[in-house]
Amino acid sequence: MASNTAFKKVRLKTEPAQEDLRQLALGDVVYLDGSVYTAREGVYRRAVEENVPLPLDLPAESGTNFHCSPAASIADNGDFNMGAVTATASFRFSKWIATWLELSGAKLILGKGGMSSKDYREHFVPHGAIYLTTVGYGTGALLGRGVKRVKNVFWREELGLAQAMWLIEVENFGPFIVESDLDGNSLFERENAKISAGLSKVYEGTKPAVLKRFGETDDRSDELI
Amino acid sequence: MIGLQVIQDTAMTLMDKAAIEIPEDYLSGLKHAAQVEDGDLSSFVLQAMLENYEAAKEDRRAMCGDTGCPRWYVKMANEARIEGGPVALETELRRATANATRSIPLRPNRVHPLWRTDHDNNVGINAPEIEFAFEPEGDWIDLTTVHKGGLFGTDYRMLFPSDGIEGIKRFYLDSLVAFGKRGLSCQPAIIGIGLGGSKDTCMVLGKRAACLRTVGDRNPDPRMAELELEFIELGNSIGMGAMGFVGKSMVIDCHIEAGYCHTGGMQMSVHAFCLSSRRACARIHADGSVEYRTDPHWFTPYQRRETVEWPAILPSKKSA
Ligand code: SF4
Repeated sequence: MASNTAFKKVRLKTEPAQEDLRQLALGDVVYLDGSVYTAREGVYRRAVEENVPLPLDLPAESGTNFHCSPAASIADNGDFNMGAVTATASFRFSKWIATWLELSGAKLILGKGGMSSKDYREHFVPHGAIYLTTVGYGTGALLGRGVKRVKNVFWREELGLAQAMWLIEVENFGPFIVESDLDGNSLFERENAKISAGLSKVYEGTKPAVLKRFGETDDRSDELI
Repeated sequence: MIGLQVIQDTAMTLMDKAAIEIPEDYLSGLKHAAQVEDGDLSSFVLQAMLENYEAAKEDRRAMCGDTGCPRWYVKMANEARIEGGPVALETELRRATANATRSIPLRPNRVHPLWRTDHDNNVGINAPEIEFAFEPEGDWIDLTTVHKGGLFGTDYRMLFPSDGIEGIKRFYLDSLVAFGKRGLSCQPAIIGIGLGGSKDTCMVLGKRAACLRTVGDRNPDPRMAELELEFIELGNSIGMGAMGFVGKSMVIDCHIEAGYCHTGGMQMSVHAFCLSSRRACARIHADGSVEYRTDPHWFTPYQRRETVEWPAILPSKKSA
């Protein structure tokens, strides 16, 4: 097994200063302290497309947007029970992200799988924001341990439990891996490029299907997102 | 007669076990992958996953925040009788799904595809899926729940006999490479491949191959078993590991199931059972006793039968 000591581990506030973000390199491991809120397509549609005012003061209350729906329930007395938290794939939110970063002032986007370096350069870099990916991605129980308490849940009626905006207090919340830096580079794209170089050898001897499909490509370095 | 209360209690326990306890077969497969993995980032991810399963068990919390789609497989032995009949059984399974969603808690994932309406309990139109099968002898029922994750990692394609094994390999690689990037399929996974059948059968077989067979299990057809082993190697030689980082842990196991298909076609489906390979199973006997296990024993000789009669009567004997 490769040793993990090579990775720099960093504790970061959920409203980090630009200098803190400047220190981070692709592949660094991050743990967070502060407040994080969940927002995904339901919230984006409401805030960005329907111009509904945000139910909390951002980024004052939190500068970290988690692409996530928690495994949580609300008891009849209003108590929250939050178990595991796992990210959802972020590439689907590309069309809202520019306006969202503007509206929310978020500096950290947490999620699954990252976004394209094009999104980073065009939208993240101008706002001084970076992307941290969850690890696994199934590490919901570990992340759940970092959740201190649910501070509030907004738009629960309008959007349902899964799409609602959960504001949670976190401590030593992680691990996350730095996927994009302040220059808009992407760790995933760097890894993809390395893997693509060896693919033609793996495919050797196979042959394309007799019946083709629309949009088919034999360029294995292509991505689907 | 199997009572409804024992079905209800067992189904609740199964929901809990599936969501929280990673099956031993997958866990040892992943530990092995972690040992041989030499990609730095990929190793780090596997280590975090191993810690995550521990955390889930210790805290009794779901291993993954994404519930996936909880579903049920019911197997009834030929003499099994259920209080209230199959309709009552289905109601109990729907009830357990809803109640466990609240009590564990699980994320309520299921919504209407168009209206996005939600009952906050993982129950709705055609959800959870409940599939039935039968076995010739006994008076028990087997309940299996699978919490199948992954919007990604599944694909179907109509291949033709002239595509041959090389065409099958290509589509297999295409699925792994396409959905493995950025780790969209949450690999390393148990890959299930359905071959033949009709389009729907092909999908069903591939999904069952991924979710209902355990790591290390081989198809009884020796040539298909060989293909399974070859595909494990091939998948792990792509150069991709956990989360799509450079590495060699993509496939924990590969299971292939076949169904007789149209003479002109060779349908193929690929399914990935993710890092949260959640399945739990129990046999309920007629006397109300319950045995829990993680191997569904789904693909019995009876499920894979080729003959008209059962027990199998070979054509030569039939005429005698
Ligand atoms: S694919 Fe599996 S491990 Fe990944 S988020 Fe979904 S349920 Fe969790």
